Amino acid sequence: MTYEELLTQQALADDRFVVMTAENRALVRNIYAHLGNRFIDTGITEQTMIGAAAGLALRGRIPVVHALASFLTMRAFEFVRTDAGIPNLPIKLSSFIPGFLSDGNGPTHQAIEDISLMRGIPNMTVFAPADEDDLLKMLPQIWNYPSPSYVRINTRKTEYEHAPFEFGRAEVIAEGSDVTILTYGLLFEQVLEAVKILEAEGLSVGFVNMRSLKPVDEQAILNAAKSNLLVSVEDHFLTGGLYSIIAEVLLKHQASAKVLPLALNEKWFKPSLLPKVLEHEGFTGKQIAERILGYNTKAVQATIAAQEFSE
Amino acid sequence: MSIQTTAIDKQQLQATALKVREHIIRMATDGGCFVGASLSAADLILYLYSEWLNVNKSNLADPNRDYLFLSKGHDVPALYGTFVELGLMDPERLKNHLSIDDHIYWHPNTKIPGIEFHSGSLGHLPSVAIGVALDIKIRGGKNRVVCILGDGELNEGTCWEAMLVANAYQLDNMIFVVDRNQFQANMPTEDLIPLEPLHDKFAAFGAAVKRIDGHDFDALHEAFSAYPFHPGKVNVVIADTVRGRGLPSIERRADRWFCNFTATEIDSLLKELHGEHQTQLTSETLVVR
Repeated sequence: MTYEELLTQQALADDRFVVMTAENRALVRNIYAHLGNRFIDTGITEQTMIGAAAGLALRGRIPVVHALASFLTMRAFEFVRTDAGIPNLPIKLSSFIPGFLSDGNGPTHQAIEDISLMRGIPNMTVFAPADEDDLLKMLPQIWNYPSPSYVRINTRKTEYEHAPFEFGRAEVIAEGSDVTILTYGLLFEQVLEAVKILEAEGLSVGFVNMRSLKPVDEQAILNAAKSNLLVSVEDHFLTGGLYSIIAEVLLKHQASAKVLPLALNEKWFKPSLLPKVLEHEGFTGKQIAERILGYNTKAVQATIAAQEFSE
Repeated sequence: MSIQTTAIDKQQLQATALKVREHIIRMATDGGCFVGASLSAADLILYLYSEWLNVNKSNLADPNRDYLFLSKGHDVPALYGTFVELGLMDPERLKNHLSIDDHIYWHPNTKIPGIEFHSGSLGHLPSVAIGVALDIKIRGGKNRVVCILGDGELNEGTCWEAMLVANAYQLDNMIFVVDRNQFQANMPTEDLIPLEPLHDKFAAFGAAVKRIDGHDFDALHEAFSAYPFHPGKVNVVIADTVRGRGLPSIERRADRWFCNFTATEIDSLLKELHGEHQTQLTSETLVVR
């Protein structure tokens, strides 16, 4: 099953669904053949696409809209906030190449403030699946939830088989007393590597795949805060993303924790192909483990698959 | 499909338009409202609801109704006044203008039955309207979608983006109406961001365009009776209007866009509306933005 197959299946089963794109067809190349006029390409007009999605939603449709993450969240921000957020319309934002996934495109295409922007909109829900398996497990509930949703689309394949998705709940992969790593999106696959290395160094390691950034699983964060060190790992600016969410949750519950944030602090990342980007920015599994440990190990970093899309 | 031109009662419309303008003027105190832009759009809004749109108190949730989107937004007092005169809104409710206990404020919102979508941020509703028009096309419906734009609003790029998309999808069930009152917030349009030749601009985007006197009910009726103007083409009506129409003391005055009149001025302006005299305005001129 692919993203496009799942979306086709959903739209064929429920004719409220319409599929829209601002001429970003990488994920939906073949869907027109199945949906006909329920596939709407507005051209390179992210703002108009969102406004039109609102009009379609007023008529009872559930538009699943596609655009590059940076243009969907930033060029069209006010349309998302005003035309989807204020009226609480079920517009489903499929955000293409968010975070490090924009690899060689450069800073214009780097959506690394998207979580921050989208979760700031009342009524909006925000999700970041770890890989294709996670994505496909999460989407049916997200698409059928009666509010606007933002999804960091991630179709990368990993070996990991995820637990069924519970709306608003994190996936707790392991609990540990020395360190607990919280992450979301494509860095999941690197944290999987990091956990192995940390365990080989003798640590008791917890690992949480956040999945849903809004609503957020507060209990998962509070539980993680019981370990000696809590680490947030994200391809997002330090401000407004998971690190901020953790701080908000801890403050709200008057809890405290020692937190090490691994994020992009006041900087865009160096554009290159994804494996090189991760290495340059210190986000390979081995580097994540060593940044937590504070020393180098003899661990060997597994090969990181290149991006399948190059749009 | 062309609709048979039926006669309109022009005198009745003119009399009702005066009442709509009275409502607008009464809202322009205790906080005020965008009175100039409301007075320019009053006739065309009244015409559309009274004579053309399939919208009435009993069909507001009917998917086969026509839709009107007020994109410029700050002309909403003209819509409130029209709703009251056509029985869509309780006249008592207008007294709640700007009340914290009601939802009647400077821009439209869907808490008022009959208002299809909120606006206030310019350049949004052309795209929302084409989403509705697209859905009607997909379902094979015959209902029509009107979107009223301000001329100043046409500075926003998304108006033109929407025209491109509407043309691409041949939305001949979509009618954009420009309230061409020649002013944007603080300036005559032609002195700041010139729009002319406006007819040619829309035509170049593929629209079928009519330009008429937006205060002449016969001209409005003739234009809208010709819907659809051209199969497969988006309809555009450029309605030439006067900002502040009906009150010579504020007509075409850049500094009388948003007005917060004194009670004495309101009394005087209501008389001025009926041609009694011109008002000596003493309230502060307000330039918002």
